[in-house]
Amino acid sequence: MIIPANLGQITLKFIYEFGALTLLALDTLRTIITGRKRWRLVIYHIYNFGWTSQPVILLTGGFVGMVFAAQIFWQLKRVQLENAVGSIVAVSMFRELGPTIAALMIAGRVGAAITAEIGSMRVTEQVDALRSMCVPPVDYLVVPRILAIMISMPLLTAEAIMMGIGSSFFLSTQLLGVDPTWFWSNTVKYVGMGDIRTGLVKGFFFGLIIVFISCFKGLTCPDGAEGVGRATTAAVVTSSITIIIANFFITFMLNAFFPII
Amino acid sequence: MKSVIQVTKLKKSFGTQQVLRGVDLSVNETESLVILGRSGGGKSVLLRHIMGLVRPDSGSVKIFEKEITNLSERHQLPVRKDVGFLFQNAALFDSMTVQDNVAFPLREDRLMNEKDILKRVQESLEWVDLKGHGHKMPSQLSGGMRKRVGLARALVTKPKIMLYDEPTTGLDPIVSDSINNLILQVNREFKITTVVVTHDMVSAYKIAQRIVLLHHGQIYVSATPEDIRQSNDPVIYDFVNGISKHMPTIEL
Repeated sequence: MIIPANLGQITLKFIYEFGALTLLALDTLRTIITGRKRWRLVIYHIYNFGWTSQPVILLTGGFVGMVFAAQIFWQLKRVQLENAVGSIVAVSMFRELGPTIAALMIAGRVGAAITAEIGSMRVTEQVDALRSMCVPPVDYLVVPRILAIMISMPLLTAEAIMMGIGSSFFLSTQLLGVDPTWFWSNTVKYVGMGDIRTGLVKGFFFGLIIVFISCFKGLTCPDGAEGVGRATTAAVVTSSITIIIANFFITFMLNAFFPII
Repeated sequence: MKSVIQVTKLKKSFGTQQVLRGVDLSVNETESLVILGRSGGGKSVLLRHIMGLVRPDSGSVKIFEKEITNLSERHQLPVRKDVGFLFQNAALFDSMTVQDNVAFPLREDRLMNEKDILKRVQESLEWVDLKGHGHKMPSQLSGGMRKRVGLARALVTKPKIMLYDEPTTGLDPIVSDSINNLILQVNREFKITTVVVTHDMVSAYKIAQRIVLLHHGQIYVSATPEDIRQSNDPVIYDFVNGISKHMPTIEL
Protein backbone atom coordinates (compact mmCIF):
# COMPACT_ATOMS: atom_id res chain seq x y z
CA MET A 1 0.00 0.00 0.00
CA ILE A 2 2.85 2.38 0.75
CA ILE A 3 4.49 2.13 -2.67
CA PRO A 4 1.39 3.15 -4.71
CA ALA A 5 0.72 5.99 -2.27
CA ASN A 6 4.29 7.27 -2.61
CA LEU A 7 4.14 6.87 -6.36
CA GLY A 8 0.91 8.86 -6.42
CA GLN A 9 2.45 11.58 -4.27
CA ILE A 10 5.53 11.82 -6.46
CA THR A 11 3.35 11.99 -9.61
CA LEU A 12 1.15 14.71 -8.09
CA LYS A 13 4.21 16.70 -7.00
CA PHE A 14 5.71 16.39 -10.48
CA ILE A 15 2.45 17.53 -12.15
CA TYR A 16 2.12 20.42 -9.67
CA GLU A 17 5.72 21.57 -10.18
CA PHE A 18 5.50 21.22 -13.94
CA GLY A 19 2.29 23.26 -13.96
CA ALA A 20 3.73 25.95 -11.69
CA LEU A 21 6.90 26.12 -13.80
CA THR A 22 4.80 26.51 -16.96
CA LEU A 23 2.81 29.34 -15.37
CA LEU A 24 6.07 31.02 -14.33
CA ALA A 25 7.38 30.69 -17.88
CA LEU A 26 4.18 32.17 -19.35
CA ASP A 27 4.22 35.05 -16.87
CA THR A 28 7.88 35.71 -17.70
CA LEU A 29 7.18 35.59 -21.43
CA ARG A 30 4.34 38.07 -21.04
CA THR A 31 6.55 40.54 -19.17
CA ILE A 32 9.36 40.12 -21.71
CA ILE A 33 6.93 40.94 -24.53
CA THR A 34 4.70 43.57 -22.99
CA GLY A 35 6.04 44.53 -19.56
CA ARG A 36 8.78 46.70 -18.18
CA LYS A 37 12.36 45.59 -18.68
CA ARG A 38 14.93 46.64 -16.09
CA TRP A 39 18.00 46.90 -18.32
CA ARG A 40 20.26 48.07 -15.52
CA LEU A 41 19.59 44.78 -13.70
CA VAL A 42 20.01 42.83 -16.95
CA ILE A 43 23.50 44.31 -17.39
CA TYR A 44 24.34 43.57 -13.76
CA HIS A 45 23.31 39.93 -14.21
CA ILE A 46 25.17 39.63 -17.52
CA TYR A 47 28.27 40.68 -15.61
CA ASN A 48 27.47 38.24 -12.82
CA PHE A 49 26.46 35.24 -14.92
CA GLY A 50 28.49 35.82 -18.06
CA TRP A 51 31.59 37.82 -17.40
CA THR A 52 32.61 36.25 -14.09
CA SER A 53 31.88 32.70 -15.30
CA GLN A 54 34.45 32.90 -18.07
CA PRO A 55 37.45 31.41 -16.18
CA VAL A 56 35.42 28.32 -15.25
CA ILE A 57 34.08 27.93 -18.78
CA LEU A 58 37.47 28.43 -20.44
CA LEU A 59 39.21 26.04 -18.05
CA THR A 60 36.68 23.22 -18.39
CA GLY A 61 36.20 23.75 -22.12
CA GLY A 62 39.97 23.66 -22.61
CA PHE A 63 40.60 20.48 -20.65
CA VAL A 64 37.61 18.63 -22.13
CA GLY A 65 38.87 19.58 -25.61
CA MET A 66 42.37 18.28 -24.82
CA VAL A 67 41.34 14.99 -23.24
CA PHE A 68 38.85 14.36 -26.04
CA ALA A 69 41.52 15.07 -28.65
CA ALA A 70 43.91 12.65 -26.95
CA GLN A 71 41.34 9.83 -26.83
CA ILE A 72 40.33 10.38 -30.44
CA PHE A 73 44.00 10.53 -31.49
CA TRP A 74 44.84 7.20 -29.82
CA GLN A 75 41.90 5.51 -31.51
CA LEU A 76 42.48 7.01 -34.95
CA LYS A 77 46.22 6.34 -34.85
CA ARG A 78 45.45 2.63 -34.98
CA VAL A 79 43.87 3.11 -38.41
CA GLN A 80 46.31 5.89 -39.37
CA LEU A 81 43.63 8.54 -39.55
CA GLU A 82 45.09 10.87 -36.90
CA ASN A 83 44.79 13.87 -39.25
CA ALA A 84 41.02 13.70 -38.74
CA VAL A 85 41.36 14.55 -35.01
CA GLY A 86 40.58 18.23 -35.60
CA SER A 87 37.36 17.68 -37.46
CA ILE A 88 35.97 15.13 -34.99
CA VAL A 89 36.86 17.26 -31.97
CA ALA A 90 35.43 20.40 -33.58
CA VAL A 91 32.11 18.86 -34.64
CA SER A 92 31.69 17.20 -31.22
CA MET A 93 32.57 20.42 -29.40
CA PHE A 94 30.10 22.42 -31.46
CA ARG A 95 27.24 19.95 -31.38
CA GLU A 96 27.53 18.28 -27.96
CA LEU A 97 30.42 18.90 -25.62
CA GLY A 98 30.62 22.69 -25.75
CA PRO A 99 26.96 23.44 -24.95
CA THR A 100 26.62 20.59 -22.44
CA ILE A 101 29.82 21.27 -20.51
CA ALA A 102 29.11 25.01 -20.43
CA ALA A 103 25.52 24.39 -19.29
CA LEU A 104 26.53 21.99 -16.51
CA MET A 105 29.13 24.43 -15.23
CA ILE A 106 26.65 27.30 -15.34
CA ALA A 107 24.01 25.17 -13.60
CA GLY A 108 26.47 24.63 -10.76
CA ARG A 109 27.77 28.15 -10.60
CA VAL A 110 24.92 30.44 -11.64
CA GLY A 111 21.92 28.19 -10.95
CA ALA A 112 23.00 27.57 -7.37
CA ALA A 113 23.63 31.28 -6.79
CA ILE A 114 20.22 32.25 -8.19
CA THR A 115 18.32 29.77 -6.01
CA ALA A 116 20.30 30.64 -2.90
CA GLU A 117 19.77 34.37 -3.44
CA ILE A 118 16.07 34.29 -4.31
CA GLY A 119 15.45 31.55 -1.72
CA SER A 120 16.98 33.56 1.10
CA MET A 121 15.06 36.61 -0.10
CA ARG A 122 11.89 34.56 0.14
CA VAL A 123 12.52 33.22 3.63
CA THR A 124 13.45 36.70 4.94
CA GLU A 125 10.20 38.12 3.47
CA GLN A 126 12.05 40.25 0.90
CA VAL A 127 10.00 38.69 -1.91
CA ASP A 128 6.81 39.60 -0.04
CA ALA A 129 8.26 43.08 0.50
CA LEU A 130 8.60 43.42 -3.29
CA ARG A 131 4.96 42.39 -3.69
CA SER A 132 3.87 44.81 -0.98
CA MET A 133 5.62 47.61 -2.90
CA CYS A 134 3.65 46.77 -6.06
CA VAL A 135 6.57 45.04 -7.81
CA PRO A 136 5.72 41.54 -9.10
CA PRO A 137 8.65 39.24 -8.16
CA VAL A 138 8.61 37.76 -11.68
CA ASP A 139 9.28 41.18 -13.22
CA TYR A 140 12.04 42.11 -10.81
CA LEU A 141 13.72 38.78 -10.06
CA VAL A 142 13.06 36.43 -12.98
CA VAL A 143 12.81 38.54 -16.14
CA PRO A 144 16.18 40.35 -15.83
CA ARG A 145 17.93 37.04 -15.11
CA ILE A 146 16.26 35.36 -18.09
CA LEU A 147 17.23 38.22 -20.41
CA ALA A 148 20.78 38.15 -19.05
CA ILE A 149 21.20 34.41 -19.62
CA MET A 150 19.65 34.69 -23.11
CA ILE A 151 22.52 37.01 -24.00
CA SER A 152 25.31 35.40 -21.94
CA MET A 153 24.78 31.71 -22.53
CA PRO A 154 25.36 31.55 -26.32
CA LEU A 155 28.54 33.59 -25.80
CA LEU A 156 29.75 31.35 -22.99
CA THR A 157 28.98 28.30 -25.10
CA ALA A 158 30.96 29.78 -27.98
CA GLU A 159 33.88 30.41 -25.62
CA ALA A 160 33.81 26.83 -24.33
CA ILE A 161 33.77 25.53 -27.91
CA MET A 162 36.57 27.78 -29.12
CA MET A 163 38.71 26.99 -26.09
CA GLY A 164 38.07 23.26 -26.58
CA ILE A 165 39.08 23.38 -30.22
CA GLY A 166 42.04 25.67 -29.53
CA SER A 167 43.40 23.46 -26.76
CA SER A 168 42.89 20.31 -28.81
CA PHE A 169 44.85 21.98 -31.63
CA PHE A 170 47.65 22.77 -29.21
CA LEU A 171 47.74 19.25 -27.79
CA SER A 172 47.45 17.45 -31.12
CA THR A 173 50.06 19.48 -32.94
CA GLN A 174 52.55 20.22 -30.16
CA LEU A 175 52.48 17.00 -28.16
CA LEU A 176 50.91 14.29 -30.32
CA GLY A 177 52.55 15.21 -33.60
CA VAL A 178 49.56 15.88 -35.82
CA ASP A 179 50.33 18.14 -38.74
CA PRO A 180 48.80 21.62 -38.13
CA THR A 181 47.80 22.10 -41.76
CA TRP A 182 45.91 18.80 -41.87
CA PHE A 183 44.30 19.59 -38.53
CA TRP A 184 42.89 22.91 -39.76
CA SER A 185 42.03 21.87 -43.28
CA ASN A 186 40.00 18.90 -41.99
CA THR A 187 38.39 21.03 -39.30
CA VAL A 188 37.31 23.71 -41.77
CA LYS A 189 36.18 21.10 -44.25
CA TYR A 190 33.87 19.21 -41.89
CA VAL A 191 32.52 21.98 -39.67
CA GLY A 192 29.55 23.79 -41.22
CA MET A 193 27.20 26.56 -40.21
CA GLY A 194 24.74 23.87 -39.03
CA ASP A 195 27.19 22.77 -36.35
CA ILE A 196 27.77 26.32 -35.17
CA ARG A 197 24.05 27.08 -35.04
CA THR A 198 23.31 23.82 -33.23
CA GLY A 199 25.84 24.69 -30.52
CA LEU A 200 24.57 28.20 -29.99
CA VAL A 201 20.87 27.26 -30.05
CA LYS A 202 21.51 24.47 -27.55
CA GLY A 203 23.40 26.86 -25.28
CA PHE A 204 20.53 29.33 -25.45
CA PHE A 205 17.92 26.74 -24.43
CA PHE A 206 20.12 25.22 -21.71
CA GLY A 207 20.53 28.71 -20.27
CA LEU A 208 16.76 29.16 -20.16
CA ILE A 209 16.34 25.77 -18.45
CA ILE A 210 18.90 26.65 -15.77
CA VAL A 211 17.47 30.09 -14.94
CA PHE A 212 13.82 29.03 -15.00
CA ILE A 213 14.38 26.04 -12.73
CA SER A 214 16.66 27.97 -10.37
CA CYS A 215 14.29 30.95 -10.08
CA PHE A 216 11.35 28.60 -9.54
CA LYS A 217 13.17 26.66 -6.82
CA GLY A 218 14.13 29.93 -5.14
CA LEU A 219 10.63 31.39 -5.24
CA THR A 220 9.09 28.19 -3.85
CA CYS A 221 11.87 27.47 -1.37
CA PRO A 222 10.82 26.01 2.02
CA ASP A 223 11.39 28.09 5.14
CA GLY A 224 14.64 28.20 7.07
CA ALA A 225 18.32 27.86 6.27
CA GLU A 226 17.83 24.15 5.62
CA GLY A 227 15.06 24.97 3.14
CA VAL A 228 17.38 27.27 1.17
CA GLY A 229 20.08 24.57 1.15
CA ARG A 230 17.67 21.90 -0.05
CA ALA A 231 16.21 24.18 -2.74
CA THR A 232 19.71 25.05 -3.99
CA THR A 233 20.73 21.40 -4.25
CA ALA A 234 17.42 20.58 -5.95
CA ALA A 235 17.91 23.42 -8.45
CA VAL A 236 21.38 22.21 -9.49
CA VAL A 237 20.36 18.54 -9.67
CA THR A 238 17.08 19.20 -11.50
CA SER A 239 18.59 21.59 -14.03
CA SER A 240 21.57 19.28 -14.70
CA ILE A 241 19.28 16.28 -15.28
CA THR A 242 16.90 18.37 -17.40
CA ILE A 243 19.82 19.60 -19.52
CA ILE A 244 21.10 16.08 -20.17
CA ILE A 245 17.62 14.80 -21.08
CA ALA A 246 16.61 17.89 -23.06
CA ASN A 247 19.91 17.63 -24.94
CA PHE A 248 18.77 14.29 -26.35
CA PHE A 249 15.50 15.68 -27.69
CA ILE A 250 16.93 19.01 -28.84
CA THR A 251 19.65 17.11 -30.74
CA PHE A 252 17.06 15.22 -32.79
CA MET A 253 14.94 18.30 -33.36
CA LEU A 254 17.90 20.42 -34.42
CA ASN A 255 19.23 17.67 -36.64
CA ALA A 256 16.06 18.08 -38.68
CA PHE A 257 16.92 21.76 -39.22
CA PHE A 258 20.71 21.53 -39.43
CA PRO A 259 21.42 17.95 -40.58
CA ILE A 260 24.90 16.57 -40.13
CA ILE A 261 24.62 14.57 -43.36
CA MET B 1 -17.09 56.64 9.91
CA LYS B 2 -16.12 55.14 6.56
CA SER B 3 -14.89 51.56 6.62
CA VAL B 4 -11.66 51.19 4.62
CA ILE B 5 -10.94 47.52 5.36
CA GLN B 6 -13.77 45.02 5.38
CA VAL B 7 -13.00 41.37 6.09
CA THR B 8 -15.92 38.92 5.93
CA LYS B 9 -16.05 35.23 6.86
CA LEU B 10 -12.38 34.77 6.05
CA LYS B 11 -11.18 31.17 6.24
CA LYS B 12 -7.70 29.78 5.68
CA SER B 13 -6.10 26.41 6.35
CA PHE B 14 -2.52 25.26 5.94
CA GLY B 15 -2.60 21.50 5.40
CA THR B 16 -4.85 20.09 8.10
CA GLN B 17 -4.42 23.11 10.37
CA GLN B 18 -7.30 25.57 10.22
CA VAL B 19 -5.78 28.96 11.04
CA LEU B 20 -8.65 31.33 10.30
CA ARG B 21 -12.17 30.01 10.90
CA GLY B 22 -14.38 32.78 9.63
CA VAL B 23 -12.94 36.16 10.63
CA ASP B 24 -15.18 39.22 10.40
CA LEU B 25 -13.43 42.54 10.84
CA SER B 26 -14.03 46.10 9.80
CA VAL B 27 -11.52 48.94 10.14
CA ASN B 28 -12.60 52.57 9.94
CA GLU B 29 -10.74 55.36 8.23
CA THR B 30 -7.93 56.90 10.36
CA GLU B 31 -8.63 54.37 13.10
CA SER B 32 -5.83 52.76 15.04
CA LEU B 33 -6.64 49.09 15.55
CA VAL B 34 -4.58 46.46 17.36
CA ILE B 35 -5.10 42.77 16.63
CA LEU B 36 -4.06 40.67 19.61
CA GLY B 37 -3.63 36.95 19.63
CA ARG B 38 -1.30 34.18 20.67
CA SER B 39 1.80 33.28 18.69
CA GLY B 40 0.86 31.04 15.78
CA GLY B 41 -2.76 32.06 16.21
CA GLY B 42 -3.15 33.46 12.70
CA LYS B 43 -2.72 37.21 13.36
CA SER B 44 0.03 37.64 10.79
CA VAL B 45 -1.87 35.45 8.33
CA LEU B 46 -4.87 37.76 8.71
CA LEU B 47 -2.68 40.81 8.10
CA ARG B 48 -1.19 39.17 4.99
CA HIS B 49 -4.69 38.55 3.66
CA ILE B 50 -5.45 42.26 4.02
CA MET B 51 -2.32 43.04 2.00
CA GLY B 52 -3.29 40.41 -0.57
CA LEU B 53 -0.09 38.42 -0.01
CA VAL B 54 -2.05 35.25 0.81
CA ARG B 55 -5.10 33.88 -0.95
CA PRO B 56 -7.95 32.79 1.36
CA ASP B 57 -9.80 29.46 1.13
CA SER B 58 -13.08 31.38 1.32
CA GLY B 59 -14.42 34.73 2.46
CA SER B 60 -13.86 38.27 1.29
CA VAL B 61 -11.40 41.11 1.85
CA LYS B 62 -12.34 44.57 0.64
CA ILE B 63 -9.91 47.49 0.63
CA PHE B 64 -11.57 50.83 -0.05
CA GLU B 65 -14.68 48.83 -1.01
CA LYS B 66 -12.76 46.92 -3.68
CA GLU B 67 -12.82 43.15 -3.42
CA ILE B 68 -9.24 41.87 -3.69
CA THR B 69 -9.55 38.11 -3.12
CA ASN B 70 -10.68 37.38 -6.68
CA LEU B 71 -8.04 39.61 -8.30
CA SER B 72 -4.87 38.24 -9.84
CA GLU B 73 -1.53 39.39 -8.41
CA ARG B 74 -1.11 42.00 -11.14
CA HIS B 75 -4.65 43.37 -10.76
CA GLN B 76 -4.09 43.80 -7.03
CA LEU B 77 -1.19 46.20 -7.58
CA PRO B 78 -3.27 49.42 -7.86
CA VAL B 79 -4.99 48.59 -4.55
CA ARG B 80 -1.66 47.85 -2.85
CA LYS B 81 -0.35 51.30 -3.76
CA ASP B 82 -2.49 52.70 -0.94
CA VAL B 83 -1.31 50.16 1.63
CA GLY B 84 2.04 50.10 3.43
CA PHE B 85 3.36 47.03 5.24
CA LEU B 86 6.02 46.87 7.95
CA PHE B 87 7.32 43.31 8.07
CA GLN B 88 8.24 41.56 11.28
CA ASN B 89 11.96 41.59 10.49
CA ALA B 90 11.67 44.74 8.36
CA ALA B 91 12.47 42.69 5.19
CA LEU B 92 15.02 45.22 3.96
CA PHE B 93 16.83 44.32 0.74
CA ASP B 94 20.19 43.29 2.12
CA SER B 95 21.99 43.94 -1.15
CA MET B 96 21.09 47.66 -1.06
CA THR B 97 22.04 50.58 1.18
CA VAL B 98 19.48 52.11 3.53
CA GLN B 99 18.97 55.00 1.11
CA ASP B 100 18.41 52.69 -1.87
CA ASN B 101 15.97 50.63 0.19
CA VAL B 102 13.88 53.68 1.02
CA ALA B 103 14.14 54.99 -2.54
CA PHE B 104 13.15 51.61 -4.01
CA PRO B 105 9.34 52.05 -4.19
CA LEU B 106 9.72 55.55 -5.65
CA ARG B 107 12.23 54.43 -8.28
CA GLU B 108 9.96 51.54 -9.22
CA ASP B 109 7.03 53.95 -9.50
CA ARG B 110 8.97 56.10 -12.00
CA LEU B 111 6.80 59.13 -11.30
CA MET B 112 9.51 61.32 -9.78
CA ASN B 113 12.95 62.34 -10.95
CA GLU B 114 16.04 61.18 -9.05
CA LYS B 115 16.59 64.57 -7.36
CA ASP B 116 13.06 64.64 -5.92
CA ILE B 117 13.34 60.98 -4.93
CA LEU B 118 16.51 61.64 -2.93
CA LYS B 119 14.88 64.66 -1.28
CA ARG B 120 11.85 62.60 -0.29
CA VAL B 121 14.12 59.78 0.98
CA GLN B 122 16.04 62.23 3.16
CA GLU B 123 12.78 63.57 4.59
CA SER B 124 11.58 60.07 5.28
CA LEU B 125 14.84 59.08 6.98
CA GLU B 126 14.82 62.27 9.05
CA TRP B 127 11.31 61.51 10.07
CA VAL B 128 12.31 58.15 11.56
CA ASP B 129 15.38 59.80 13.10
CA LEU B 130 17.93 58.07 10.87
CA LYS B 131 19.45 61.07 9.16
CA GLY B 132 23.00 60.36 8.10
CA HIS B 133 22.57 56.57 8.06
CA GLY B 134 21.57 56.42 4.39
CA HIS B 135 24.89 55.01 3.19
CA LYS B 136 24.86 52.06 5.61
CA MET B 137 23.97 48.49 4.67
CA PRO B 138 21.05 46.84 6.52
CA SER B 139 23.47 44.33 8.11
CA GLN B 140 25.19 47.24 9.90
CA LEU B 141 21.97 48.31 11.65
CA SER B 142 20.42 47.21 14.94
CA GLY B 143 16.97 45.60 15.06
CA GLY B 144 15.23 48.83 16.03
CA MET B 145 17.00 50.81 13.30
CA ARG B 146 16.02 48.20 10.70
CA LYS B 147 12.40 48.52 11.76
CA ARG B 148 12.61 52.29 11.38
CA VAL B 149 14.14 51.97 7.91
CA GLY B 150 11.32 49.55 7.05
CA LEU B 151 8.85 52.15 8.29
CA ALA B 152 10.53 54.91 6.28
CA ARG B 153 10.37 52.71 3.17
CA ALA B 154 6.68 51.93 3.72
CA LEU B 155 5.80 55.57 4.35
CA VAL B 156 7.81 57.11 1.54
CA THR B 157 4.99 56.46 -0.97
CA LYS B 158 2.44 58.08 1.39
CA PRO B 159 0.01 55.17 1.83
CA LYS B 160 -3.48 55.60 3.27
CA ILE B 161 -3.34 52.41 5.33
CA MET B 162 -0.35 51.08 7.29
CA LEU B 163 -0.15 47.46 8.41
CA TYR B 164 2.40 46.51 11.07
CA ASP B 165 3.38 42.88 11.66
CA GLU B 166 4.61 42.58 15.27
CA PRO B 167 6.51 45.88 15.19
CA THR B 168 8.04 45.55 18.67
CA THR B 169 8.90 41.84 18.76
CA GLY B 170 12.52 41.26 19.62
CA LEU B 171 13.23 44.85 20.69
CA ASP B 172 14.10 46.15 24.14
CA PRO B 173 11.41 48.16 26.02
CA ILE B 174 12.95 51.57 25.25
CA VAL B 175 13.33 50.90 21.52
CA SER B 176 9.85 49.33 21.51
CA ASP B 177 8.47 52.54 22.96
CA SER B 178 10.16 54.64 20.29
CA ILE B 179 8.57 52.42 17.61
CA ASN B 180 5.19 52.76 19.32
CA ASN B 181 5.59 56.52 19.32
CA LEU B 182 6.38 56.49 15.61
CA ILE B 183 3.30 54.37 14.87
CA LEU B 184 1.13 56.78 16.86
CA GLN B 185 2.68 59.75 15.13
CA VAL B 186 2.03 58.20 11.69
CA ASN B 187 -1.56 57.61 12.66
CA ARG B 188 -2.20 61.07 14.08
CA GLU B 189 -0.07 63.36 11.94
CA PHE B 190 -0.67 61.77 8.55
CA LYS B 191 -4.19 60.48 9.34
CA ILE B 192 -3.16 57.01 8.17
CA THR B 193 -5.42 54.10 9.07
CA THR B 194 -3.31 51.82 11.27
CA VAL B 195 -3.59 48.10 11.88
CA VAL B 196 -1.05 46.56 14.24
CA VAL B 197 -0.66 42.87 14.95
CA THR B 198 1.07 42.19 18.25
CA HIS B 199 1.10 40.18 21.44
CA ASP B 200 2.87 42.94 23.34
CA MET B 201 0.26 44.38 25.75
CA VAL B 202 2.27 47.54 26.55
CA SER B 203 2.40 48.34 22.88
CA ALA B 204 -1.28 47.50 22.38
CA TYR B 205 -2.47 49.80 25.17
CA LYS B 206 -0.30 52.62 23.90
CA ILE B 207 -1.29 52.46 20.24
CA ALA B 208 -4.85 51.20 20.13
CA GLN B 209 -8.09 53.11 19.87
CA ARG B 210 -9.71 49.70 19.53
CA ILE B 211 -8.41 46.22 20.28
CA VAL B 212 -9.62 42.95 18.79
CA LEU B 213 -8.59 39.57 20.14
CA LEU B 214 -8.15 36.71 17.70
CA HIS B 215 -8.90 33.45 19.47
CA HIS B 216 -9.21 30.01 17.85
CA GLY B 217 -9.25 31.57 14.40
CA GLN B 218 -12.09 33.99 15.07
CA ILE B 219 -12.50 37.49 16.46
CA TYR B 220 -13.32 36.85 20.10
CA VAL B 221 -13.87 40.43 21.18
CA SER B 222 -13.65 43.96 19.83
CA ALA B 223 -13.42 46.66 22.51
CA THR B 224 -11.62 49.77 23.69
CA PRO B 225 -8.28 49.28 25.50
CA GLU B 226 -9.95 50.31 28.77
CA ASP B 227 -12.69 47.69 28.42
CA ILE B 228 -10.09 45.05 27.64
CA ARG B 229 -8.04 46.03 30.68
CA GLN B 230 -11.03 45.75 32.99
CA SER B 231 -12.58 42.66 31.45
CA ASN B 232 -13.28 39.64 33.63
CA ASP B 233 -13.83 37.32 30.71
CA PRO B 234 -11.46 34.38 31.33
CA VAL B 235 -10.02 34.27 27.78
CA ILE B 236 -9.33 38.03 27.73
CA TYR B 237 -8.11 38.11 31.32
CA ASP B 238 -5.67 35.23 30.79
CA PHE B 239 -4.26 36.74 27.61
CA VAL B 240 -3.89 40.27 28.96
CA ASN B 241 -2.25 39.10 32.17
CA GLY B 242 -0.22 36.33 30.55
CA ILE B 243 -1.65 33.39 32.49
CA SER B 244 -1.01 29.93 31.12
CA LYS B 245 -3.46 27.15 31.90
CA HIS B 246 -0.72 24.67 31.16
CA MET B 247 1.37 24.07 34.25
CA PRO B 248 4.42 21.91 33.64
CA THR B 249 4.95 19.34 36.38
CA ILE B 250 8.47 19.14 37.66
CA GLU B 251 9.51 15.99 39.38
CA LEU B 252 12.12 16.46 42.04
